Amino acid sequence: MTETMIELSRLQFAATAMYHFLFVPLTLGLSFLLVIMESIYVVTGKTIYKDMTKFWGKLFGINFALGVTTGITMEFQFGTNWAYYSHYVGDIFGAPLAIEGLMAFFLESTLIGLFFFGWDKLSRHKHLLVTTLLAVASNLSALWILIANGWMQDPVGAEFSYTTMRMELTSFWDVMFNPTAQAKFVHTVSAGYVTGSMFVLGISSWYLLKGRDVEFARRSFRIAAAFGFASALSVIVLGDESGYAMTESQKSKLAAIEAMWETEPAPAGFNLLAWPNDATQSNDWQVEIPWVLGLIATRSTTEQIPGIKEIRAQNLERIESGILAVKALERLRKNKDDADAKLVFDAHQKNLGYGLLLKKYSPDVAQATPAMIQQAAHDTVPQVAPLFWTFRIMVVLGFAFALLFGLAFWYSLKNTFVEKTWLLRWAVWFIPMPWIAAEMGWFVAEYGRQPWSIFGVLPTHLSVSTLSEGSLYGSLAGFLGFYTLLLVAELYLMFKFARLGPSSLGTGKYHHETAAA
Amino acid sequence: MLDYESLKIIWWLLVGVLLLGFAIMDGHDMGVGTLLPFVGKTDLERRVVINTVGPHWDGNQVWFITGGGAIFAAWPLVYATAFSGFYWAMLAVLWALFFRPVGFDYRSKIENTTWRTTWDWGLFVGGFVPPVIFGVAFGNLLQGVPFHFDDNLVSYYTGTFWELLNPFALLAGVVSSAMITFQGANYLMHRTEGAIFERTRIWAMLSGLVMIATFILAGFFVAGLPGFVITSSVDPGALPNPMDKSVVIQVGAWLDNFNAQPLLWALPALGVLGGLAGVVLAYLRKPLTAFVASSLAMAGIIGTAGVAMFPFVMPSSSDPRSSLTVWDAVSSHLTLGLMFWATVIFMPLIIFYTSWAYKVMAGKITTDFIKAHDKAAY
Repeated sequence: MTETMIELSRLQFAATAMYHFLFVPLTLGLSFLLVIMESIYVVTGKTIYKDMTKFWGKLFGINFALGVTTGITMEFQFGTNWAYYSHYVGDIFGAPLAIEGLMAFFLESTLIGLFFFGWDKLSRHKHLLVTTLLAVASNLSALWILIANGWMQDPVGAEFSYTTMRMELTSFWDVMFNPTAQAKFVHTVSAGYVTGSMFVLGISSWYLLKGRDVEFARRSFRIAAAFGFASALSVIVLGDESGYAMTESQKSKLAAIEAMWETEPAPAGFNLLAWPNDATQSNDWQVEIPWVLGLIATRSTTEQIPGIKEIRAQNLERIESGILAVKALERLRKNKDDADAKLVFDAHQKNLGYGLLLKKYSPDVAQATPAMIQQAAHDTVPQVAPLFWTFRIMVVLGFAFALLFGLAFWYSLKNTFVEKTWLLRWAVWFIPMPWIAAEMGWFVAEYGRQPWSIFGVLPTHLSVSTLSEGSLYGSLAGFLGFYTLLLVAELYLMFKFARLGPSSLGTGKYHHETAAA
Repeated sequence: MLDYESLKIIWWLLVGVLLLGFAIMDGHDMGVGTLLPFVGKTDLERRVVINTVGPHWDGNQVWFITGGGAIFAAWPLVYATAFSGFYWAMLAVLWALFFRPVGFDYRSKIENTTWRTTWDWGLFVGGFVPPVIFGVAFGNLLQGVPFHFDDNLVSYYTGTFWELLNPFALLAGVVSSAMITFQGANYLMHRTEGAIFERTRIWAMLSGLVMIATFILAGFFVAGLPGFVITSSVDPGALPNPMDKSVVIQVGAWLDNFNAQPLLWALPALGVLGGLAGVVLAYLRKPLTAFVASSLAMAGIIGTAGVAMFPFVMPSSSDPRSSLTVWDAVSSHLTLGLMFWATVIFMPLIIFYTSWAYKVMAGKITTDFIKAHDKAAY
């Protein structure tokens, strides 16, 4: 295994996962907006709400197609490119993925056909039921995927078996109700709701600015403003919950996000802005708000949060203990009845993963030099600057969404939003922002977990498949090529139909149709 | 809770069921994709063909995705070793599948001949390539695959992509492709009429006959093929460790299970007789019963391959000891039990709402229907 091969595998996974997540949040959010619109149609019987459901549903479909396409990649990439990972944790990680298919994705994918083609074949109530189940299923899908991802961040309910040489499930309950997973789930779906609302709000604003299909756009705007406002608030509150869960499970990520090099007396201050410097292990300058981090992260005034230097020092000890675990494991693999090895292994097993970190530098961990051990301990906290900045971009955007939706909601209550052209323009320009925030969020979650693929258990560099560099260059090029073409086709259609607006339904009632007639 | 040995066998059966579910359901829309450029001569006819599976292909594709997930959960070592070993073959399947969601959803949204023809061929690729590759993969599994494990169970695939394309594997690819085309043709006949129906009927009979002929031919091949036999004693309830056994390669060993249990010959018989029945029923213009017959034929063919190899799932030709079997490539007792119950609960639900969806959308798709739903239909 070469360094290049590992880097290429990571790059391919990151690229395909981030690309997949361009399509997921809109599915999560827009599906519930469709439910709201269609419910109003069923209750009031007003056709305009049916047209709204159909039109936004059309855009939903264009997005959904690529969500499905890129999702299959994710399901198979663990096997193709992360074979050792798949073996090592498949006993736990595979189950939520399979259950996602059985419980959620089957339902979602079966019903989407009825959503599009069932309008004339189903009663109004039955069609609404289909739309509702579609939204619920897509969100359940997210639940199981985030249970899987939550377990990578915080591997509860499992233990290592030296006979099978892998992690094995001990409590599915713990995996399912893992606080990290639950916090991630609610934060992620809320982010999806913000994305869906921003999409509808922005495009509706564009129609209003153009003075086209005003009734259609006004109604869409109001629904998006209300749903978006609630979602933007919850994404902040639940993001905070995610941060709290991280304090328990991943102190290294927290310290890196906050550029907190030293352990400070509780409650620690929050670096609003700083210039982290990995070489000197300090910030060149920082703007600190006292107390805030301690309060957010520990919800107390007395609990200390360890700084990066302290975390590295603690992990150095864990690596030294881990070396003993790895050596004992090697003996147990040769003779599983070796009682002495068993004794050593049991004593140091909890640091096995830390011992494995050394394999990056020395295939035989017993041969590792003190410099290698030092380096491995240094690796246990990821680079600070990328995490520090991506996190802050996400947070600033989060508050900006709350403000924008707050104003949109306020003016829609007062029914004056159509005149507020500054607000409408803001909404149009902000359409891409939820995607940027979501990608930043995933970057923080995944890059922040490094050097681990399973936190504290399995280092990323051991997780890959034994492929040639040529294969990886080839597949990476293939993905980039395919994905670029698909994105061009998707954006072309998305823009085309967004510009056409409800005229694309062919009802004869909307802007381009009446203008032509 | 069921004991470990029973669960290991149940999961071998369940993977078979998922594979068969995939072949019956996603198989028929892939078959329709394969036939699309040949039975649809005009844009309108092609839209008819596409809309017979339009509301369903997405749900059907989840058989494939869930199959992958179930193998990950129940046979993690198989998932890891096969997917990484067959790297380029898996990528070819994946990239071929890329054409389907966008092909179905984007094709008719723009009225431009080049755009639509491009996506028609995309749908052809998405329907034709995966079954061929799955067949080729099965052909290679039956011959053993060059891979081995080290002490830490890291797998190393030592073959090349081109080695996968050997004569027997290609023959298996033809069996698989013919089988899926046959399935798709029977379904398409059921949902269409007139010229499309007539053209499809020829394809149904043709692909059915090719399927039967190549399946029988492959059967004779297998009799002379080296099979794999476990020579050490097997403790089916033991913790899984593939390196704990010894395996030898023997010519003709893939027939051992059939010879030991002659009743199992019913499976290849079902493959042939189901196929023949399907061809005759297609000839008699009874597509729905022909569809049932071709589904049974697929159960026979897939069952034959599975039983021939049992208990092997992925034998290793270069280091037979590393071979993966139903006893030693599996998840823990707890995970197998959990996934078993998840399947028992959700599979009937899936079958229920899938049937409902087909019932809601039932009926022939006609050119008039497409004209009337120009904006809404695919």
